[in-house]
Amino acid sequence: MEMSREDQARQFAETAARQSYGKLVALLAARTGDIARAEDALSLAFAAALAEWPKSGPPATPDAWLLAVARRKLIDETRSRQVRNLASDHLRLLAQEMEDAMEDVPDADIPDRRLALMFACAHPAIEARIRAPLILQTILGFDAAAIASAFLISPATMGQRLVRAKTKIATAKIPFRLPDTPELADRLDAVLEAIYSAFALGWADASGGDARLGNMAGEGIWLGELVAALMPTEPEALGLLALMLHAQARRPARRNESGDYVPLAAQDPALWDVTLIDRAEALLYRAGAMGRPGRYQLEAAVQSVHAARRISGETDWQAIEHLYDALWIVTASPVVALNRAVAQTQTRSVTQALAALDDLAHDPRMAAYQPYWAARADLCARSGDIAAADAAYQRAIGLESDPAVRRFLQKQQARLLRN
Amino acid sequence: MQYMLMLYFDEAGFQKADKATLERRHGAYNAYTEAAKTAGVLVGGDRLQPSATASTVRLKNGKSAVLDGPYAETKEQFGGYYILDLPDLDAALDWAARCPTADHGTVEVRAIWPM
Repeated sequence: MEMSREDQARQFAETAARQSYGKLVALLAARTGDIARAEDALSLAFAAALAEWPKSGPPATPDAWLLAVARRKLIDETRSRQVRNLASDHLRLLAQEMEDAMEDVPDADIPDRRLALMFACAHPAIEARIRAPLILQTILGFDAAAIASAFLISPATMGQRLVRAKTKIATAKIPFRLPDTPELADRLDAVLEAIYSAFALGWADASGGDARLGNMAGEGIWLGELVAALMPTEPEALGLLALMLHAQARRPARRNESGDYVPLAAQDPALWDVTLIDRAEALLYRAGAMGRPGRYQLEAAVQSVHAARRISGETDWQAIEHLYDALWIVTASPVVALNRAVAQTQTRSVTQALAALDDLAHDPRMAAYQPYWAARADLCARSGDIAAADAAYQRAIGLESDPAVRRFLQKQQARLLRN
Repeated sequence: MQYMLMLYFDEAGFQKADKATLERRHGAYNAYTEAAKTAGVLVGGDRLQPSATASTVRLKNGKSAVLDGPYAETKEQFGGYYILDLPDLDAALDWAARCPTADHGTVEVRAIWPM
């Protein structure tokens, strides 16, 4: 069936929205720092596009069309505020700036200020847990309800937090720019962390049962592509993208036909997406050549060693242990220590790996961390301590939220008692 | 954009400090004020008398009710402020980090409402 003109216009507007949303918000908010008003103006422009484009046909440069309309809306809105507040010099000045801003960008050549916007959203003065949601909203145009469901927060609370963050950016005047070199590493890290947390959220939902979450992994990669493209000389930006692509490449292998969880070691490498792996490897190589290693490059390198099993048929656990040693130096994270202990099961002995887990047992973060208890259960079983393994499986099962993983752990536990 | 740097620190600790420490601190505040002046960002600033000398006023049934003491009893007390004129929050946070209070107390940074 042929698409109606309205549908075509709608689809065209939706594509423009995805590709241009953040770009246009960044431009519209650049002068005033007021993201909320920029978004309001932009949503009016999208509404105008949906009304206009089916009649007139889509414009040659949709970005420029949307930008022009949104700017007009911003100016109108500022003027009507002025009428309400005649005394405000500030607002008059703002309207003037707005009109100036209209002049200084030639229509066809819209600069990309999304990176500056991302740095504002991931500013250290913005609460850490709201940074990823804020980036998803301002760059990709997600609504608060969709973000709230992904982050398991009520829509009202998420809405309030997003509004609060945007108000702070505008009133405290958090700058829209790339930080100076001494701060760049830390600030970039916050941007990358926000992107990674969006990706991880989607990644955790392996079955793709929640359409919004499955999408979130894709959006995380999209943001990672954007940052890597805009900062091609930052090895950690490339490293993060490589890491996400490696993980995404294994997505088809993480569940079998009956929807059961398949652990990495049991996955069939033939199911991995070679195109994604090749891209990840190329990115990691480029990053490595810059001689500035970091957390994401190291984590991507671990994934790269796992991916090599596709060709060699085996996993180089020694290399993985070394990489986790390096990661431990960079992050001192208990999760890294846990993964290193698991690698030591292969490179050293079950006893040594268990001793490493014992050292971790004091960390309060491990108490509710499912992978810790699953690893512990596996190691206890291998060392013949069935009672301890059973108790650890019980704990892991109680902490797991994914039904497929829970079923897997329950099978492991049942097998334990049979033998 | 003007920012107010609000300085909170433990007054008791200040009173207990020995002479050498106090002199070092005063020197540090003088140098900081001087630096802000030279950089052309200083709008104003003052040190306040101890919070024990504060009075609090509220209107109750149209009558002013005066209480002895500061608005809130806290571990660190509001003891002074600077007002600086700076391009953005990053610059304000840089100046806040340089302020000697950041070393022995807490600096709260707030943009001033433009009139």
